[in-house]
Amino acid sequence: MEVTGAQALVRSLECQGTDVVFGLPGGAILPAYDPLRSSSLRHVLVRHEQGAGHAAEGYAWATGRVGVCLVTSGPGATNLVTALADAYMDSVPIVAITGQVPTAMIGTDAFQESDITGITGPITKHNELVTDVERIPAAIAEAFHIAATGRPGPVLVDLPKDILQSQFTWSWPPELDLPGYKVPGEPDAGLIEQATRLLHQARKPVLYVGGGVIKSDSHAPLLELAELTQAPVVTTLMARGAFPDSHPLALGMPGMHGVYAAVTALQECDLIVALGARFDDRVTGKLAAFAPNAKVVHADIDPAEIGKNRRPDVAIVGDLRTVLADLAAAMRAEVAANGPTDTAEWVAITDGWRRSYPLRYTQDVGGPLKPQHVVERLSALTGGDAVVVAGVGQHQMHASQHYAFTKPRSWINSGGLGTMGFAVPAAMGAQIGRPGELVVAIDGDGCFQMTAQELATCAIEGLPIKVLIFNNGFLGMVRQWQELFYEERYSEVHLGTTIPDYVKLAEAYGCVGLRCEQADDVDAVLEKALAISDVPTVVDFRTHDAEGVFPMVPVGRSNDDIVLGPEFTAAEQQAAARREVLAR
Amino acid sequence: MTTHTLSVLVENKPGVLAHVSGLFSRRAFNISSLSVGPTSDPIVSRMTIVVDGASTPVDQVHKQLEKLVRVLKVTELVEDEAIERELALIKVRVNPDLRAQLVDLATSFRANVVDLGSDTIVLEAVCSPGRLDALLELLEAHGTCELVRTGLIAISRGSETITDDMKPALVAVGA
Repeated sequence: MEVTGAQALVRSLECQGTDVVFGLPGGAILPAYDPLRSSSLRHVLVRHEQGAGHAAEGYAWATGRVGVCLVTSGPGATNLVTALADAYMDSVPIVAITGQVPTAMIGTDAFQESDITGITGPITKHNELVTDVERIPAAIAEAFHIAATGRPGPVLVDLPKDILQSQFTWSWPPELDLPGYKVPGEPDAGLIEQATRLLHQARKPVLYVGGGVIKSDSHAPLLELAELTQAPVVTTLMARGAFPDSHPLALGMPGMHGVYAAVTALQECDLIVALGARFDDRVTGKLAAFAPNAKVVHADIDPAEIGKNRRPDVAIVGDLRTVLADLAAAMRAEVAANGPTDTAEWVAITDGWRRSYPLRYTQDVGGPLKPQHVVERLSALTGGDAVVVAGVGQHQMHASQHYAFTKPRSWINSGGLGTMGFAVPAAMGAQIGRPGELVVAIDGDGCFQMTAQELATCAIEGLPIKVLIFNNGFLGMVRQWQELFYEERYSEVHLGTTIPDYVKLAEAYGCVGLRCEQADDVDAVLEKALAISDVPTVVDFRTHDAEGVFPMVPVGRSNDDIVLGPEFTAAEQQAAARREVLAR
Repeated sequence: MTTHTLSVLVENKPGVLAHVSGLFSRRAFNISSLSVGPTSDPIVSRMTIVVDGASTPVDQVHKQLEKLVRVLKVTELVEDEAIERELALIKVRVNPDLRAQLVDLATSFRANVVDLGSDTIVLEAVCSPGRLDALLELLEAHGTCELVRTGLIAISRGSETITDDMKPALVAVGA
C-alpha cells in the first residue's frame, strides 16, 4: 500500500502503541498534521513547544511509557532543547519528532531552518535526520526502542518536509538496524554473590537508592532486600517514592538538602549499595570526603556510571529489575544459611539521628505561612496518594522533604538539569497519562511564570491538575544563596507577590483561582482545590519570603559540614557534628 | 604526556562524526588527534583517537563512546602491542647550499622528497609518533614553514583483529 511519509509517521506512532502526542504545528511539519486528524492518536495542542517536551516527560515519568512530542522546524525544534536536555539528564524516555526544511534546502539558511540534530547531539541519547522516506517506520521504531531500553533517554527524529510528502510502500514491522546499540544482559552471578557477601558482613550498610529503581519498577525487590538485610535506605531526589517514607528503615533524602540521618548515615556507613544512582555532586558533597570508610557496591544499567565519580569495590552492570531480584534471592539464601545480618546497633543509631535531628520548621499561629506547612497538610489530606510534580528551587526541596511518599511514580521533578518551569507542563502530561488520579504541581512563583501558558491547554483539555504556587515573591533559592554566601546582598531576586495577580491569571485561563494567606486557611483551601474535578485549579499561597531550605550542605563542602539551620540551637548543631544521639 | 590510542569502528552514516565530536565537547574530553577513514567494508569507518590521559579519564572516553548508537566497537591499543604511524607533509625553506644536507637528513628518516622548489622542499614522512617529533625538531633548525599531519593511525600487532570478539550480529554487517 502506497503511503506518504507523513502517513507512515502517524501509522508508525500508532503501531508503537502511542496514545497521545503533545505538539504544535508549523510549516515544515504541516504534512504530518493532515493524517493526524483521522488517526487514533490524541493530539494535545500546547501553547509553547517547551511545554510539549515537558508534558511528554511528565507522561513518561508518570506511566513508564515513552512520551511523544511533535513540533515544527527551526524555532519549534529549538524550543524543545530545554526539555530534551532535561530528559537526558534525568533519563526520561521521550521521542521528539521535528519537522525540517526540505532536503534540497538544508544548509541554505532557509526559512525556519535549524540544525537540530547538530544542536541536540550532546543532549539526546540518539538522534537522526531522515533523508529517505522508506526509513521512516524503522527510524520511529528505533527511536522508541532506544528511548525505552537500557538507560532510558530522549531520542529525536528530524523529518524534512519533502520526505514527509514522498510516497513509498508501507510495511510494518520494520527491521531495526542498530548494530552498535548495546543493552546490558543478565548481571554476573559471581558479582551478585560478592555483593551479597559484603551486605551480609556489613555492620553499617546503607542502600543508596536512585532513580533507576523507579525506572526499572524494582521497588518490590528493593523492599525485600532492605528487610532481609535490615539496612537503612536513603532515596535520592530522583527516587522519592521508591521506598515508602513510613518504613522503619527509611531515612529519607540524602544530599545538599537531605535529612541529617540520611546524609550522615552515608558518611558513617561501612558499605554503600548504590542502586541506579550516580554519585551526583548534590548527593556526595565534596567527593573526596564522601563516605570515607565505605566499601561500595554499585549497580547500574549504564556501564559509564560505574567508577565515573566513585570507584566501586563491586560493580554490577545490568537492569535493576533483575539485579535487585537476584540480590534479594541471594540474600534470602544467605540469611537462611548463615543467619540474619548484624545491623541492629546501626539501625538504632540511624534511627536515633532521625529522631534527634528531624526536618524542623515553626508555623506560628497567625504568623507568616510556611511552605513546609502547606506540603505537610497536602501530604496528610491526600494520604500520600497524589502524584506530586515540582519545578526547581525551594518549593521543590520542601515538597521532596515534607511529602510522605508511599509509592513509586508519585513524585515527578526536574532533578539533574534543574529546569525552572518544568512543573505545570509536566503535571499536564502526568494527568493525561494517569486520568482520574490526583495530580498536584507544587511550584514556585518564579518557575510558574516560565510556562504558565500551558494552563490554557490544561483548561481546554479539561485536565483537573492542581497548581499550588508557593508565592514568596522571590527567586527563593537564589535569594537563600545570596543570604548565606553573599552576606544578604540580594541582587535581582525580587519578583514581588502581586504582579501578576495569580487568581485573576488563573481565571483568565479558564481555571479556578484561589488564594491562601493564613496557615489556618490551608486545609479549607486545599480541600476546596482537591474537590474540583473538571478544570485546573491554581492556588496562590502567600508564603514567608525569608524561609530557607534546611538542612544544607554548603556547595563544595563535605557532607560532614551539614548545617541543620536556624531551628536548631548551637548546642544541637554541635551535638550533630559529633554524631550524638540526643535523649528523647 | 600519557597518551592512549583508541581504535573505534563506527557506522559510515551521516552525523556520526558530529556525535563523536559532540561527545568530546559535552564531556570536556581532551583529545590529541583524531583520524577517520573507510575500512574494507563500505558501511564501516574506522577512527583512531589519541586521548591525553593526564587530563581526561580514558575509561570514561571508552565507555561513553560505546554508548553512542552508531559506534560499533571501541578498543584501546597498547603501545608496545600496536603499530602506530602518522604521515606528515613538511615544507622546509632551504638555502641551496644546504639542500643536500637536508635530503640526507630526510633519507635517514626514510622521508621522501615530494616537491622541490627554488628555495623550498616538501618532505613526506611516515613515522611513529616519537620519530616524527625527532625529525620535526631537526628540521626546525632549517626553518619549517608549513606542516600538515594526518593524525595517528594504529593497528594491533599479531594475528588478532579488531573484529575478533565482536558480536555475530556486528560481524554480519561486515565490520
